[in-house]
Amino acid sequence: MLEVTALTKRFGGLVAVDGVNLSLPAGGISALIGPNGAGKTTLFALITGFHRPDGGCVRFQGRDVTGEKPFRIARAGMVRTFQIVQPFAGQTVRENIAVGAHMHLSDRAEALARAEEVARAVGLSDRLDRDAADLTVAGRKRLEVARALATDPKLLLLDEVMAGLNPSEIRDVIPVIRAIRDSGVTILLIEHVMQAVMELSDHAWVLNQGRLIAEGAPRALAADPAVIEAYLGHGMAERLAKGAAHA
Amino acid sequence: MKRLAVLVAIFAGLGLLPLLVGSDFWLNAIMLALFSALIGQAWNIAGGYAGQFSFGHALFFGIGAYAVAVLQVDLGINPWLGMLVGGALGAGAGAALGWLTFRYGLRGSYFALVTLAFAEVFRILANSTPFTGAGEGILIKLNPHPAMLQFKALSGYYWLLLALTFACFLSVWWLERSRLGAQMLAVRDNEDAAAAVGVDAFAVKLKAMALSGLFMGLAGVFYTQRYLYLDPGLAFGPTQSVEALLVAIVGGIGTLFGPLLGAFALHLLGEAAQTALGDVPGANMVIYGTVLVVMVLFLPRGLASLGKAGLGKAGGRRQGLRRRKRRAKDA
Ligand SMILES: Nc1ncnc2c1ncn2[C@@H]1O[C@H](COP(=O)(O)OP(=O)(O)O)[C@@H](O)[C@H]1O
Ligand SMILES: [Mg+2]
Repeated sequence: MLEVTALTKRFGGLVAVDGVNLSLPAGGISALIGPNGAGKTTLFALITGFHRPDGGCVRFQGRDVTGEKPFRIARAGMVRTFQIVQPFAGQTVRENIAVGAHMHLSDRAEALARAEEVARAVGLSDRLDRDAADLTVAGRKRLEVARALATDPKLLLLDEVMAGLNPSEIRDVIPVIRAIRDSGVTILLIEHVMQAVMELSDHAWVLNQGRLIAEGAPRALAADPAVIEAYLGHGMAERLAKGAAHA
Repeated sequence: MKRLAVLVAIFAGLGLLPLLVGSDFWLNAIMLALFSALIGQAWNIAGGYAGQFSFGHALFFGIGAYAVAVLQVDLGINPWLGMLVGGALGAGAGAALGWLTFRYGLRGSYFALVTLAFAEVFRILANSTPFTGAGEGILIKLNPHPAMLQFKALSGYYWLLLALTFACFLSVWWLERSRLGAQMLAVRDNEDAAAAVGVDAFAVKLKAMALSGLFMGLAGVFYTQRYLYLDPGLAFGPTQSVEALLVAIVGGIGTLFGPLLGAFALHLLGEAAQTALGDVPGANMVIYGTVLVVMVLFLPRGLASLGKAGLGKAGGRRQGLRRRKRRAKDA
């Protein structure tokens, strides 16, 4: 469904995304993990047209979409959410979601009805008439997902929709994401909460300092020395292994 | 639907006024307010709904005004046709200016300054080209006949203006319940978030500017026919630009009834001040400036936010600001 080849982005001297290759099949939930500053958000921005790559190419459903405008890529069916939530403040939850619904529905009443449907799917039905700016962090994260979902995407890119949530809120969101997958939407998510990654995804890529350093089943990755080093610092895998041997 | 009923009732009421108001003085005073409501609402489409604050809406006003003047004086074309051309040119100019500025990603104060500059350039051009009558201006021959878009009685002009204003308000009523309107608000509030869900922000802003320019151009046509005289300062000077944005801001930007409230409130205030102060030169500008400062400080959502539903909105906006501050702290 999504083919990324040798994708590269530089910010001045910093190579934020460095020759990334990945191939995402249709269906299922995959994850992109990696420490803070690894380049995950930048990679999403490159894929969805918000940043122009310095090299490489992005193909979505066989079509080259490298460097296309974000709204065109969204209309093609690949829609992202923002790690730093971007609600239309001053508009209600219903109006926010309806903007997404308007991608395919020109009629206002139909878009508003669709917004209600989507709000139900993500658990926002009780807050439809609230100002989006007045939602809690958890509510605003759900709104991000809802607005994207309302466009009927084929591929949904979720950027840390669980960051900042407490464990019980995370437990509530997991079935929402599963249900989206079950409705036939392919999902690629960036996540820090490893428990959620393990529960949700069948495949994960690990990004570190702009490079993909590992990929595979999340459980296997959690035991991969290279991944542990990336997360916990140099020499850590060795020390952990030694500690285990001593015990 | 309820809002449409209110809108129709207000304009129907205004339509009956010439039959009730005997004095031309008062009818003229109401016309001045209506005219402000028209250009305020025209500005509101781009500024209030799509979030593109222009300081140079006189550009579209002047183009419409000159179009109908030049066409009938230099080419002998009927002003009714001239009105269509003036409106179309206003819309075209709106789209063209949008195309030039948005293509280069100009936003906020940069956009505002460029619009101001364009209006000034056109004022200078109109001052130096012969077919606009240059600095001397252009005089339309008196021929008070509806076929010539001129009227013997003031009520004729009044109803013409009322029809144009109604069309403008009706367009905004329609916008509020259309996809285009929703996309304009989305672009105003967060362009990136809008783009992420497939909104073509560039196209949406162009459409907003075109619609805004259309009604500004029609207002220009009306002005020419009403006063039968035009010069570069009247057409492209800052007066119409300032009045249009002032009326919308005072009334409540991004609201359907705001420009109407703002227009009547400002003209009422202007009349009261003139009665109190007499003809002090520049007094109205001082008053406008004071009103603007007071409104921005104490009622940033305009007079429309004093209404019941509006109060909730204003509260939400303030809470929104609080949240934004908190979020900035979180980050
Ligand atoms: N617009 C930008 N300009 C300059 N540097 C940036 C920009 N966006 C991200 N970066 C840098 O690129 C790196 C990767 O950032 P990001 O993609 O946000 O990481 P992640 O999402 O994995 O935490 C970081 O070092 C960050 O500071
Ligand atoms: Mg990130």
